[in-house]
Amino acid sequence: MTKQVAYVRKEILGPKPPPNAQDRLIGWLRENLFYSIPSSISTLLTVVVLGWLLLGLFNWLSVSTWAAESLNDCRSIIAELNRGPDESGACWGVIRDRGIQLTFGFYPSEGYWRPILAFTLLLPALAPILFADKTPRRMILFSALYPFLMPWLLWGGTIWVPLGVMAGFAVLYYSFRFTASLNNLVRYAISLAVTLAWWMFGVPVFDSVLSALAPIGLAPVESRMFGGFMLSLTIGVVAIGASLPLGILLALGRQSDLILIKALCVGFIEFIRGVPLITLLFVASTLLNIFLPPGTEFDIIMRVMIMVTLFASAYMAEVIRGGLAALPRGQYEAADALGLDYWKAQRMIIMPQALKISIPGIVSIFIAMFKDTTLVSVIGLLDPLGLTTAIRANQEWAGIVWELYGFIALMFVVVTYSMSRYSMYLERKLYHEH
Amino acid sequence: MSQEVEDYEVDKSQMRVSDKKAIDIKGMHKWYGTFHVLRDINLTVYEGERIVICGPSGSGKSTLIRCINRLEEHQEGSIVVDNTELSSDLKNVDKVRSEVGMVFQHFNLFPHLTVLENLTLAPIWVRNTPQHEAEELARQYLQKVKIPEQAEKYPGQLSGGQQQRVAIARALCMQPRIMLFDEPTSALDPEMIKEVLETMIELAEEGMTMLCVTHEMGFARGVANRVIFMDEGQIIEQNEPDEFFHNPQSDRTKLFLSQILGH
Ligand SMILES: Nc1ncnc2c1ncn2[C@@H]1O[C@H](COP(=O)(O)OP(=O)(O)OP(=O)(O)O)[C@@H](O)[C@H]1O
Ligand SMILES: [Mg+2]
Repeated sequence: MTKQVAYVRKEILGPKPPPNAQDRLIGWLRENLFYSIPSSISTLLTVVVLGWLLLGLFNWLSVSTWAAESLNDCRSIIAELNRGPDESGACWGVIRDRGIQLTFGFYPSEGYWRPILAFTLLLPALAPILFADKTPRRMILFSALYPFLMPWLLWGGTIWVPLGVMAGFAVLYYSFRFTASLNNLVRYAISLAVTLAWWMFGVPVFDSVLSALAPIGLAPVESRMFGGFMLSLTIGVVAIGASLPLGILLALGRQSDLILIKALCVGFIEFIRGVPLITLLFVASTLLNIFLPPGTEFDIIMRVMIMVTLFASAYMAEVIRGGLAALPRGQYEAADALGLDYWKAQRMIIMPQALKISIPGIVSIFIAMFKDTTLVSVIGLLDPLGLTTAIRANQEWAGIVWELYGFIALMFVVVTYSMSRYSMYLERKLYHEH
Repeated sequence: MSQEVEDYEVDKSQMRVSDKKAIDIKGMHKWYGTFHVLRDINLTVYEGERIVICGPSGSGKSTLIRCINRLEEHQEGSIVVDNTELSSDLKNVDKVRSEVGMVFQHFNLFPHLTVLENLTLAPIWVRNTPQHEAEELARQYLQKVKIPEQAEKYPGQLSGGQQQRVAIARALCMQPRIMLFDEPTSALDPEMIKEVLETMIELAEEGMTMLCVTHEMGFARGVANRVIFMDEGQIIEQNEPDEFFHNPQSDRTKLFLSQILGH
């Protein structure tokens, strides 16, 4: 017998909906929650545990009060709410009482508008960077202005200092242009030296002359007045903003053909990664004074910001190096073959792709760094956690835990969660390869 | 590997070999570490020539054409491209690179940029062409490689053949005087090979100076005016295509041809 091989279909089938399509919900439940007996058991267990936790949280929140002036006061109000003696409730009075302090520290109250304005302006300054395709190009000018505006708003002083510092970049540009006939390395060295000299010696003169003519400025606020959430944000924003470019330079330096630069970058990165942040902070708060010439006043917050930035940039450099290593050699070759020079190739071809690959790592560092700003409480700065010690030492609120830390945690979650959502958005947006 | 040799119809009316030297390589040697990869290469390419380089794997074909735009550095001898000697002087290197276009086996398009941006990038940033002019030029070349409708897509959304044609257009946008191809079709499926070869043939018909590493013998027969056979880092034999294929002199060439043509 020969098997029948030939076959011709007589009728053509039309499309049919997939099974379970009519019953989406049940289908979904079965697929995701009750797929097998073990999965059903784990689903039920999870529901029970979650329900128990949520119920407790709900009970606690439902008897909360904003009214109390102290912890004892609060306890009696909650007892009066008549839920039985062992019923607990949330005492939000501490937030009403100390919320402002948790936000601004000891910043003079007539100046609250300044940090508020500074951090509100952060949004339009970030928009052209974060949502480049949805904002007008021109707004990037404001982003460039912001790094000078923010410190001026926060610390105050005459307007001539930030303007003088800004003018330093013009000095850099022109000194670079006027030395066009020289060797590249010499050009960099000369223009950098001229600019640094301007910043160190030119700006103070510039400031005192112009202040005498037109004393425009804000009341200066000392660093030790900074505190609370505002301090965390200040340190976090500066460190995040500065560590990315620094990290990029370090990563490039580590890949450089110039042995000296390479050794310097590797040494720096490995040194920083070998030391815990807390040590660096102690160095910033105590040891640094020994090395600085006596009598120099070097702002403690500035020192901390520099340390946190250096710390983050070393990790940043390693994350970006990972991104660089993941790029195929062909990308460099194509850029070379088209005649793009090193910096142009980096800017248009290499970095956009390397940074894109590194987004999850970069954002992790941002988030970790923002949380790490709470470590400054260890060296006596009054960030929200530093303030809790003071609040809890006060007899009115001695013994309060959940409400205080819960509130601070919530503020941090808002910031870190937005960062992680943004990175997910960015990854989706940049996903071109199929 | 046996391979059918397809013959292409080529209009040779515009092809003219001038007596001006486009590339002049003299006594060139190159080492990778201690490995002597190119040995005493002497090669003069005149403007308008279409040269096909073939040879077994590892014979140094890629290395040779990568030396011509200094993706690799040679250690001995001289390479002069369009009267500019390739040396450690970066100005010369940049000048040569902007006059020499290169097409790679794996396309090497920039995946984060659209096709149009891939094409306009170098004209804008290397040649300082105004953006709208660069875009006009880019669309012109996309038209030429027959994919004008793909301008706004990303490379990842195109087929291999389309990607390679974009890569050719990208090189052409710099209006090079010489084009280098390193196995431009060997990462492609047969139907796509044809569309890429057709683009290259058109380019040859317009009189472009071309140096092409390929094993497409049909292309070599139809388009090349000279075929070069390399083995062990040396030029073993070079001749006009007819002579090269029908009357090879060296034993190595005969062996190679018998393998590749499946005789
Ligand atoms: N970067 C490198 N370092 C060390 N050796 C290399 C390097 N690149 C290539 N080689 C070696 O040099 C020799 C020539 O390589 P090349 O890529 O030029 O060969 P090819 O003729 O193009 O071969 P194929 O047909 O496989 O592409 C090979 O033996 C290869 O292993
Ligand atoms: Mg090769």
